[in-house]
Amino acid sequence: MFEKSVAELSRALGSGEVSAVELAQLFLARIERFRAFNAFLDMRPEVTLAQARAADRMRAEGRATPLTGVPVAHKDIFVTRDFASTAASKMLAGYMSPFDAAVVENMARAGMVTLGKVNCDEFAMGSSNENSAYGNVANPWNPGAVPGGSSGGSATAVAARLAPAATATDTGGSIREPAAFSGITGIKPTYGRASRWGMIAFASSLDQAGIMTQSAEDAALIFNAMLGFDPRDSTSIERASEDYTRDLAMPVKGLRIGMPKEFFGKGLKPDVEAAVRAALAEYERMGAHLVEISLPNAELGIPVYYVIAPAECSSNLSRFDGVRYGHRASEYRDLADMIKKSRAEGFGPEPKRRILIGTYVLSHGYYDAYYLQAQKVRRLIADEFQRAFRECDVIAGPVTTSVAFGFGEKAADPVEMYLSDLYTIPGSLAGLPGMSIPCGFGDRGLPVGLQLTANYFEEARLLGVAHRYQQATDWHRRMPGGIA
Amino acid sequence: MALTLDDVTRIAHLARIEISAAEAAGTLAQLNDIFGMIERLSRVDTSGIEPMSHPLGGTQRLREDRVTETDMREPNMRNAPEKQDGLFLVPRVIE
Repeated sequence: MFEKSVAELSRALGSGEVSAVELAQLFLARIERFRAFNAFLDMRPEVTLAQARAADRMRAEGRATPLTGVPVAHKDIFVTRDFASTAASKMLAGYMSPFDAAVVENMARAGMVTLGKVNCDEFAMGSSNENSAYGNVANPWNPGAVPGGSSGGSATAVAARLAPAATATDTGGSIREPAAFSGITGIKPTYGRASRWGMIAFASSLDQAGIMTQSAEDAALIFNAMLGFDPRDSTSIERASEDYTRDLAMPVKGLRIGMPKEFFGKGLKPDVEAAVRAALAEYERMGAHLVEISLPNAELGIPVYYVIAPAECSSNLSRFDGVRYGHRASEYRDLADMIKKSRAEGFGPEPKRRILIGTYVLSHGYYDAYYLQAQKVRRLIADEFQRAFRECDVIAGPVTTSVAFGFGEKAADPVEMYLSDLYTIPGSLAGLPGMSIPCGFGDRGLPVGLQLTANYFEEARLLGVAHRYQQATDWHRRMPGGIA
Repeated sequence: MALTLDDVTRIAHLARIEISAAEAAGTLAQLNDIFGMIERLSRVDTSGIEPMSHPLGGTQRLREDRVTETDMREPNMRNAPEKQDGLFLVPRVIE
């Protein structure tokens, strides 16, 4: 039962083969058994079981949705009333939110059962989960490899089948990169589709919630409950709700798949390139046409991102002052000293680094040269995607240059670490929906992801394109050894 | 243009983060690496390009001016490091 997809669990719950309480118990026991992965930060079995009992009642009363009783883990970036919400930071150790994030609320309303909160990079800043204040998360495919980040706990939870689904967030690649490194399916919707209400803010013009699952079909089922307009988020998009499963059966015959030539250049490792090209050949076999496209400014994505994201982070994280919530230093001279010491003690090295970069680029005399210039180049990148979508329906390529790297390999060199998001950042800057699906294995038996990007609001098509591939291949069904 | 140790100390002060001399030296090297990478942006011709502050160019939505928040004082103060009589406590700022 533990290896079943969300769609399969939904059917098993519907037929009465299993109850929500039984499923909750099964996954709680697995999480306990694989504690060494360090995927979970907070578990409260009594809360989980109470939610499961309520789900079983919903079903008995005929109020069940397709997701009622399906367990889910939430990234510790979403605030929750019944579990601590820390953003994997010492700054928020033990923080209990007075409310649930909109995404958490939506999924609970559909009857999904929360297994607990999962680890991530501190304030979602990182590409390896090594920036968590609560320790590294293991990649179940290889204990020496990182799971990716920032949604590393979510990725490991799904890859090790500790949860059939986990929420995640993407600012520059934090869903697609860990999904690729961990051999699972991960999707971020168009910016504005998922409410940011109750999502601890990092870079507000980029942050977007998404989901990690075993398959595109599962992601579509969950998006139906998770996404939608929310007046509490000022950047939420006002659009009618839609059925994200509607294009799952759509054939790919005649589909034009754009391959950005810049994503197949130097830097791309041969093992990743081979798996990605094989996946594209599979699409061709299914009747799709491959078209070479060009995104000449995409390589500027990283410098643009490392101006905009730190600028917005320095502003968002200024709320942590040790006054209203969060860590307060124990020794200080006066108010200013209290704030400085609380922030010095509460934040880890990466958030501090980004706050400093952001403070500098926004400071007097530098705003035009850095922040405004970065916002202009951001538009050049976004416009390029629009030109590309005149020649193709979806864009495909690698998610990362290599398979998952080892712990400590890039931790000492921030710039090297930042380059991990080379292929994912451009889509995030444009605000486009994007996903990663498993498409094979590379060096050291580690998974490779195929990145698919669609135009604004075309999540249903994106999920359909991914689902056709998953109907023709079984990479997404492969599981790491030792988790049975 | 490289940052100096004084710049790092000044930025850390603006960001209200205490930083020791040793930390500042380590941070200086890292920030200069990062700004070395960012510097490429200055060579991009962006004349006539509008800055992009929001992916879909949205304007801020306005809502009707009516009370929507209920009194959440007690739950909102639950996580306060120090509080008294419904107020957040900070060190004395006026003698």
